[in-house]
Amino acid sequence: MSEKGMQKRKWQLTIALLIIIAITYLSAAITNFNFMDGFAAFPEAIGWMFSNLFITQESLERLPTILDKLIETIFMSIAATTTAAIVSIFLGIMGSKTTSVNSLLSVFARFIASVSRNIPVVAWALILLLSFGQNSLTGYLALFVGTVGFLTRVFIESIDEASPSAVEALTATGATYFHIVNKAVIPQSLPQMISWILFMIETNIRSSTLVGILTGTGIGYTFDMYYKSMNYNAVALVTFSIVLAVIIIELMSNYIRKVIM
Amino acid sequence: METIVKSTYIKRKKNGSISLRAGNKSKFVIRMTMITLFVLTIAGFLLFDYTGLEIRTAVVETASNLYAMFFKPALNHFTWAEALYQIGVTMGLAVLSTIIGAVIAFFLALTAAANLSKEWVTKVVRVIVAFIRAVPTVLWVLIFAIAAGLGSEAAVLGMLFHSIAYLVKAFSEAFEEVDKGILEALRAAGSGWWHVVIHGIIPSTFTYLLSWTFLRFEINFSVAVAMGAAAGAGGIGFELFMASGFYFDLNEVGFITYAILLIAIILEVFSTQLKNRYFPSSVRN
Repeated sequence: MSEKGMQKRKWQLTIALLIIIAITYLSAAITNFNFMDGFAAFPEAIGWMFSNLFITQESLERLPTILDKLIETIFMSIAATTTAAIVSIFLGIMGSKTTSVNSLLSVFARFIASVSRNIPVVAWALILLLSFGQNSLTGYLALFVGTVGFLTRVFIESIDEASPSAVEALTATGATYFHIVNKAVIPQSLPQMISWILFMIETNIRSSTLVGILTGTGIGYTFDMYYKSMNYNAVALVTFSIVLAVIIIELMSNYIRKVIM
Repeated sequence: METIVKSTYIKRKKNGSISLRAGNKSKFVIRMTMITLFVLTIAGFLLFDYTGLEIRTAVVETASNLYAMFFKPALNHFTWAEALYQIGVTMGLAVLSTIIGAVIAFFLALTAAANLSKEWVTKVVRVIVAFIRAVPTVLWVLIFAIAAGLGSEAAVLGMLFHSIAYLVKAFSEAFEEVDKGILEALRAAGSGWWHVVIHGIIPSTFTYLLSWTFLRFEINFSVAVAMGAAAGAGGIGFELFMASGFYFDLNEVGFITYAILLIAIILEVFSTQLKNRYFPSSVRN
């Protein structure tokens, strides 16, 4: 690189850095965030966690109720992901360039995916809560809508990536559209799709905690109850059980991924 | 299921007929995964707690609610200026947690990258990061809210935890992909550790780091909305929560949803362009 180029690059970097610092200060001003307070609060918070968030004998007695709710939450995320995956496969086939029937349907599929993905899960949860009330179906539906949006996008990408030569070969033999999709497209993109489905199950268990807090269902509601009654030992137990569940599911899906990819 | 006979040419079923499906481990695992998920889904629907649910009225009401939201959006409890301010607060929370997170994650990622650090350090950092990632963000924010007091500090600290965990994973993977030759050449010339980082690692990964940081910003925006609604972190998420849970004002919920949707789509367009430019293969978590 020439001397001049180096100089220019240095200038660009400095300007970029200044802009980033300016944006950070602006954000701190608008949110009343005080850097010093923030950094000072951090060790205090960690200290508080160590002295309050531990599991006692008394909180262990609540374990059956907590596990019950945790299992409900896991089932909720799996059910939401699986059913969303079925819908997304159809939307994905409609939306992908390789397999789309006509461009209108393709645009429609992409539009549905974009809207349901970009409206946050919180909004869906709050809207559904109004009429579905405080039960598992509300949480399920909120997760379902968000998952359809995300999975449709990644399914479209995986189908697009599938090699077009298999499709071409089948077309040349006179296979019907259904045959092409079933024998050329799906088998090629299936491992990728399964991998995304597993990823979404992990994500949904974490977001179902959030949805649970808002809609009063599952483990999120249990957490919220203990949190509001300041039973911090039980809070710790709930948190640990969620962590354990997430890590076990992550290890399982890592294993499956390793075998199928 | 067909028995796996160790014949060199043809797989046969028990009765001697030729098996048309060449079963291997990967196909078996795929099928088992699908069957398991299917069974668990059915079990889930049977186990759900449906108390107080009248499905027909609920569906009809939701349809009319959605109509009120999406076709008659309006602002009733606050003004345009306030709406913009609240969006600014949400953006601000997302910016702060992303930028501070990126700076901290950069240094942690240096210790988590296998080619820059000792093996045991790498392992310890990775275990801690995996633990942090497993706790949902909302729990971090709520825990910090008691520990550090309410306010933007708690929200930013809580969101920071997840951002750091996510970015450490992404950054350290980027560092590990740096060409070995570059590092070797620098080390052979007698460079110290910092010298290697500044002249070898940073120049070759800089664009990756920026792209990952922006991708995290996109995630943090929706997280900030969620934290406003569920953990009282303020911003547009809190207004959304008030409009639907407190005022039952669906037209306002519609307006806020449109505002969030607009920003989310703009961010998504940006990050898709970044991905296509810098990550040729699809990006996963």
